Amino acid sequence: MTLARLDFDPSGFANLMERCTHEPTWLRELRSEAWQRFEQMPWPNRRDEEWMRTDIRLFNLKKYHWSPETSVAASSLPLARLDVGVELAGRIATIDGITVLSELEDSVQGQGVFFGTLQQALIAHPAMVQRHLFRSAFDASVDRFAALHQAMCTGGTVLYVPRNVSVALPFHIQTVLSDGGSDLSHLLIVLEDGASATVLYESCGTHVDGDGWHNGAMELVIGDRAKLSFVNLQDWGNKTWHFAHQKAIVGQDAQLQWTLGALGGRLAKVNQHVELRGRGAHCQVNGTMFTQDQQHLSYHTLQHHMAPQTTSDFLYKTALQDQSHTVWRGMIRVDKVAQRTDGYQRNDNLLLSNTSRADSIPGLEIEADDVRCTHGSTSGRVDEEQVFYCLNRGFTRQEAIRAIVTGFFQQIFDRIELESVREALGIAIATRVRQYE
Amino acid sequence: MSETLEIIDLFVEVEGKPILRGVTLTIRRGETHALMGPNGSGKSTLGLVLMGHPKYTVTSGDILLNGQSILEASPDERARAGLFLAFQRPVAIPGVKMADFLRHAATNVRNPERKEGEDLMPMKEFRQELRAKMAQLKMDPDFARRYVNDGFSGGEMKRAEILQLAMLQPKFAILDETDSGLDADAVRLASQSIAEIGGAKMGLLIITHHDKLLEHNPPQYTHVIMGGRIVETGGRELADELHRNGYQRIRDEHPEAAAMNDTNTKPEAVTA
Repeated sequence: MTLARLDFDPSGFANLMERCTHEPTWLRELRSEAWQRFEQMPWPNRRDEEWMRTDIRLFNLKKYHWSPETSVAASSLPLARLDVGVELAGRIATIDGITVLSELEDSVQGQGVFFGTLQQALIAHPAMVQRHLFRSAFDASVDRFAALHQAMCTGGTVLYVPRNVSVALPFHIQTVLSDGGSDLSHLLIVLEDGASATVLYESCGTHVDGDGWHNGAMELVIGDRAKLSFVNLQDWGNKTWHFAHQKAIVGQDAQLQWTLGALGGRLAKVNQHVELRGRGAHCQVNGTMFTQDQQHLSYHTLQHHMAPQTTSDFLYKTALQDQSHTVWRGMIRVDKVAQRTDGYQRNDNLLLSNTSRADSIPGLEIEADDVRCTHGSTSGRVDEEQVFYCLNRGFTRQEAIRAIVTGFFQQIFDRIELESVREALGIAIATRVRQYE
Repeated sequence: MSETLEIIDLFVEVEGKPILRGVTLTIRRGETHALMGPNGSGKSTLGLVLMGHPKYTVTSGDILLNGQSILEASPDERARAGLFLAFQRPVAIPGVKMADFLRHAATNVRNPERKEGEDLMPMKEFRQELRAKMAQLKMDPDFARRYVNDGFSGGEMKRAEILQLAMLQPKFAILDETDSGLDADAVRLASQSIAEIGGAKMGLLIITHHDKLLEHNPPQYTHVIMGGRIVETGGRELADELHRNGYQRIRDEHPEAAAMNDTNTKPEAVTA
């Protein structure tokens, strides 16, 4: 029997709730609450500070549907990039939010690690999921996309690492959108106190030109003394709309390294939010963006120091070509109790064409008085004297620009430990550089 | 027939302002020429225009490499044809490691027909050669892992240029004040290095104020450029004389060129 596809409207929601009768009551209630919010809220518009540079008037929700079955076979998944030559602890692949592949090494499972779908997690770890899902690092009231995500979340992936368990090998998650597909899936990562893990998460379309709609969320919960290394490579098809709420909470003396590559999509609006909740929590964020054609990528970061002696280090580097446009809006917020914190944020933009545009808006909100916070941003064209120097040593113009652009990102690559990630980002960036005259 | 670089009655402008006014000079491979002249005489312009810097416009005259005009050739084509300029002020390329940069450069210069995307020269072979050249120049091996000219001292920059000269082994090299900003010992080392890496096999055009750079690379010819023209050519003894006595005698003998030179330097002094 073929199941009907669902629209993102009242009848679609009612239909989804009928299909989800197996879900626990608390989750059904969260869905209903969020649906009410969704119905009451307006779409974000350009009067909102966060959206004033990001125009979504052409986004048409009616065009998208969710189907509980996918027509794309697991065997035809696009090639993943972050796991090349990497031995993995586990692997999951989803297409349009539907899990088509799920593997976990027995030895890792034997340590009490859970890595699987949200539906499986609700059975295997009901209390843990109830404690965190949509609660720990997500807020459906932020905007209409967040509300709809919680109301009609179509599934997701959960990684749970118990207390003091260290998993040396990375986990790999590949999220794929079919052409015209929708994905409202959720990622929940919970590291209990003293646990450590590495997660390689990459998303792409089945087609480079693929249309689609991704309205996702990530909750990263990092317990005291825990350590998460998280890599997120976004390379959606170039007609895809990407909305995401990504948030991490970092416990006492815990560490988060979050590396992000943003390459794809027609329009992306992403909120990346890190809460340093425990004393001594540390977070490093490495952001790389490379845009082209008419792409619009809008990233809004918040590094929120909520406890004393917390440190954050956000570095975003962006290269732009053609008529593309990026927005980076970064905020360091330091609560009154968060004395002796050290917050850093920086955004550098390299414009490869006259018609690209980078808006960079760093900000500080500091209530504590004994802190060190620094921020800055730069934007500029490729220096023709650098190009001439390379030409003079036999580089062609394109090779010269490619070398200069790759060099621009090197500061970020230098901070990434995993070779496969450096390679994947390096190749993705180098192959993007166009021929310029 | 020996290989030649011929500059024929070359007139060059930058932003409509004439800088070179009829420079003629022939360098044969294996010869060393010193080019000397006061500030604003057009020395550096000549180096940059030989390499095809886009800021400079050749309004008449020609540049021939082995009899073929290279005026229409792009800077990278000139580099692959065997020309090299050691910059007076090399720019930094942050994030690009010296070794990676040089491997790419050496591959392109040695295989001028290489298409983009084709393999670079084998890593092992390249490393061996680079290590040997660096040892010869008494350079710290760490140098290869640093980013091109990024945070280099004046002396390190000049040594990096000589290392590149050593690796690329051009037919003709223009050394633009490879001694500027160096102390006397460093200049002597640079001079010795240029000789050791086989400078004598190339055609060298050494732009300098300093006779020390010429110590190990004695020029067969010394040219004095003033007001955008070569006003006098002599042997090694001319370089010695200019170093000892300055340009007053030349100025007196060529008042028109000296006046031209002064009008060239004045606006620069104002904008500097």
